[in-house]
Amino acid sequence: MSVVELKGVGKRFERGGTVALDGIDLTIEPGEFVSLIGPSGCGKSTLLRIIGDLVAPTAGTVTVNGKTAHQARLDRDYGIVFQHAVLYDWRTVAKNIALPLEMLGWSRAKRAARISEMVDLVELAGFEHHHPWQLSGGMQQRVSIARALSFSPALLLMDEPFGALDEMTRERLNMELLRIWQETGSTIVFVTHSISEAVFLSTRVVVMSPRPGRISELIDIDLPQPRGSATREDPHFFELVTAVRESLARGGAARAVEQDLA
Amino acid sequence: MTAPAAVEALPRGALARRVGHRAGDWLPALVVFVAGLAAWQWVFSPLAGKFLLPRPSAISKSLWDNHHVLLSAGWFTFKEALGGFVIGSLLAVAVALVLARWRRLGEALMPYAIAVNAVPIIAFAPITNAWFGVLNPHSKWAIAGVLCFFPVLVNTLRGLTSVRPEAIELMRSYAASELDVFRRVRIPAALPFLFTGLRVATVLAMIGAIVGDYFGGSTLALGVQIENSITLFDFPFGWAAIVVASAFGIAFYVAVVLVERLSLRGTPSTSD
Repeated sequence: MSVVELKGVGKRFERGGTVALDGIDLTIEPGEFVSLIGPSGCGKSTLLRIIGDLVAPTAGTVTVNGKTAHQARLDRDYGIVFQHAVLYDWRTVAKNIALPLEMLGWSRAKRAARISEMVDLVELAGFEHHHPWQLSGGMQQRVSIARALSFSPALLLMDEPFGALDEMTRERLNMELLRIWQETGSTIVFVTHSISEAVFLSTRVVVMSPRPGRISELIDIDLPQPRGSATREDPHFFELVTAVRESLARGGAARAVEQDLA
Repeated sequence: MTAPAAVEALPRGALARRVGHRAGDWLPALVVFVAGLAAWQWVFSPLAGKFLLPRPSAISKSLWDNHHVLLSAGWFTFKEALGGFVIGSLLAVAVALVLARWRRLGEALMPYAIAVNAVPIIAFAPITNAWFGVLNPHSKWAIAGVLCFFPVLVNTLRGLTSVRPEAIELMRSYAASELDVFRRVRIPAALPFLFTGLRVATVLAMIGAIVGDYFGGSTLALGVQIENSITLFDFPFGWAAIVVASAFGIAFYVAVVLVERLSLRGTPSTSD
């Protein structure tokens, strides 16, 4: 069974009648790491929110784990990570991670056990009792990843999670995310602006073009697993980066031609 | 893969520096205070005339001689202020919760709340005295309460609605109920804002109670004592009463700050 199935999904915003997304067909299988990439305004974040039933599509159907997106949200089938860590200042690291567990009604003992597992997973042991504002940006984002994974959802939605971090931290967290992905066996849908990040992380890259937001190309990333610093120096890595870049340029160029004709 | 070294957390000292001051930091303020008192005693009072501007020594003497009366009057007026503070603030928090829950209503009413917040509400003191009776403490509760209501409402509502959209989306991703969103996100996020409102409200509650007294009240009340002493040209007593009013006002403010520190332990200090 596919984890995510989008058929003819469209989104038209009430205000101004902007068409954010049009005719999106996409199927994501278990264990895939799919990146959505495209210029600003191509609707990639909106698409992620449609999968999470945080935004309602105006056309098409969305199936998550074989159910409607709405039912999947009610069943807490996915975890989500945003560009900003969105941690609650008044909660410690441990309590931020435990937030979804509290909502699921886990017992205190079960929560404590899971918190220590999660803290180990994202390598924040020793920081459980710190408050978010005492942590660096990269550490905060790791807490938010731990929170998203704490209740073991099969699907992880990530909206430019490393977009606000410096290059060094970003590369380190890329490595960590790959390790977590392999350890947990989850499916990840990842929105990014960065071509190299998309190629490095993904099994498949979805290239999108703007106005209206459409999928212009699906590119399989057949780099060997597990990936590491050697991957970034692999000639095939550069070929794929070039393929994505050219695909993005074609999407943009096509739009420019359309605008000239209009 | 090797584990990356965890980045150091912010040093603890930074927090300590924000919370407390070293004794030396107080020295300049203390010097100004002593110099001010001295100037008042030996320069300003003689210039203005000891009658109109009593010297600090005379005020202290009156304070000492009448401390029993003054303290019980201060306590009486403080209770008037506290009653209004509690009623006004509770009502404001309740209304803020309703307006934050039903946004349309909030958007319709907020401009008026902000406009009324700018009205010199203290002008209504004679009216509340007339409504509830000058000797009834409820008349002072009413004016102090109305004064407290708006700053607490405006601040609390701002806090409840200032949550990042992603924080709400996160809660929705957990299929959280509206109640959960309030309990776990909006209300904790609004607490620092609420306390900002409450601090302002302590000062306003004291002003409301004392000015309410000026327009008539029990002879046990501090405002009435001030009013009477000035009528009888007992200026040192009037000033002593003002000192007592200030002491109660400051104590009230500090009490709220202490409650704030206790309940917001663990969040970065936003004020001072």
